[in-house]
Parts: sequence; C-alpha cells; structure tokens
Amino acid sequence: MTAYTATVTVRLKQGVLDPEAETTKRALERLGFDLEGLRSADRFEVDLDADSPEAATDRADEMAERLLANPTIHDYDVHVTER
Amino acid sequence: MITVLQFGGSNCDRDAVRALDHLGIDAERVWFEDGLPADTDGIVLPGGFSYGDYLRAGAMAARAPVMAEVRERAAAGTPVLGICNGAQIGSESGLTPGAFTTNASARFQCEHVHLRVENADTPWTAAYEEGDVVEFPIAHGEGRFEATDEELARLDEEERVLFRYCDAEGDVTDMANPNGSAGNVAGVLGERDTVAVLMPHPERATLPDLHAGTDGQGVLRGFSH
Repeated sequence: MTAYTATVTVRLKQGVLDPEAETTKRALERLGFDLEGLRSADRFEVDLDADSPEAATDRADEMAERLLANPTIHDYDVHVTER
Repeated sequence: MITVLQFGGSNCDRDAVRALDHLGIDAERVWFEDGLPADTDGIVLPGGFSYGDYLRAGAMAARAPVMAEVRERAAAGTPVLGICNGAQIGSESGLTPGAFTTNASARFQCEHVHLRVENADTPWTAAYEEGDVVEFPIAHGEGRFEATDEELARLDEEERVLFRYCDAEGDVTDMANPNGSAGNVAGVLGERDTVAVLMPHPERATLPDLHAGTDGQGVLRGFSH
C-alpha cells in the first residue's frame, strides 16, 4: 500500500450561474482590481492508502460521484499524488 | 401516521406536525437516527438547515441511513413530501429530479410568493385547479432549481412540474421568479406522483391564526388522499 493524497476539485458546470462568484468578482472590482471573470471551486484533499495511483483515483472518483459533487450541476476532476 | 423526519438542524418539523394536526392528519416527529416507525404511512422531510448546510444544502441528510428507508418506501408508494430543506434533501437523495442551489440574488429570500398550479392531477394539488394562483411563504438561500433544458422539457412533457413562481395574475415571469429557478419551477414530482418536493412552505400557510393565508392546506391534504 502507498500513501496518496487525492485532490478532488468540484466546480459548477459551464453555463450554470454562480451568484457567489459574481458577488466576489464585484467586490474585487469595488476594491479597484481589474478582472475579466472569476470562477470558484471547492477543493477536497483526501489522504488515503491504495495499491496504485489508479486505485486511489478510482476511490476518489467514487467519492466525488456519491457525495462531493452533485452531477446535476457539477463537474469534477481528481489528481492523485504520493504523500 | 405521518412521520415528520427530524434531522439535526431541521427547524420546521414542529410546524409541519402542527399544520397536519390542524387538518386532522395524525403526524409525529421522528428523530432521523431512530429510523422510520413501522406504522409510517406518509413522510415529511421538513425545512431547516440539516447538518448546517455543510457541503451543499441537504447533501449530508440525503446520505443518512434513514434516507435509504425513505427511498424504499417512496418506491413502494408511500407518500413523501419534501419542503424547503426537505426539498433539497429529496433532490440530493435522487427522490426528485434537478438540483436546488444558490439563489441568483446570492441572498436569503424570505417573502411571500405567488405560485401557479401547473398540474392539479396529483395528490398534492388535487385541492386546486390547474392555473390557480396560490400564495406561499418562501425562506431559503439555496432554492434556485437547476436542470438542463432537456430535463426541463422532459419534466414538462411528463407533467411533473407542480408549481411555478408567477405574479399575482398568474403570469410566469422573470420578475416573479424570486431565486432564478430554471423555468420558474418551485416544486416537482418524483418518479411517481406520490413523491413531491417544493421550496415554498405550505405548512406556514395552513394555520388561520398565522395570518399568512391558508393556501398551503391543499398540499398537506395530499397525505389524506
């Protein structure tokens, strides 16, 4: 078994309105920053032990499918590194 | 007996019991860890902020073990009604289609809204006529119904939209949409018409002494059909 960290990034699908990101963008503009757009995402860092990076990825994928993301509105990606 | 499931953070469970009692429908609060009582013949998923809305509103409660029992009962025909946070729990648990997410305003919206009855041929809307305009309170920060255009079209085709946000005249407009819901959808049916969720609060428009109107009674009477 190897120790891995699976980083799961969950973001709204393209085209789904993100009112919190819009509000944050406006606040940055009020502070005088110049920006074209802003997207927010949730990042989960999951420490786990697995036989291979593939096995670690599969498990983190399932975590995203079953809880961390809502497939109706979210896309996600998983990135595994040795810990 | 109607089981009103109380999760940690539910806060409309007592209101639901009071409102159902008022209509002569026996209801009791049940702590979610105790599971569904054997004599359950209807289930309310009440409003509130279960698990502090962690991750997404309703996401945690939807994965609580009791929800496997609820899904089983729902599939077998037991009536299930999700209100507000209960609607979020219902959609997160796959009982109903779509998702409820952050209001377009990015604000908590606490106000009275008008709803147009889209389908009066369900237990939850049998007390109304199609096209009726009813007034319910809403109180939510994450009530924006999201579904793809294809899903929306399918819901329309299958007549699974119960209510749409509208103005006092019954016109479904952007202005009358309090949270940016796709298609102004305020409530939908699950796979069977005995399963429904809605963001507005029928239980807060049931007791005459609350002066919020009694338009909500019809929805709760879905349990007496």
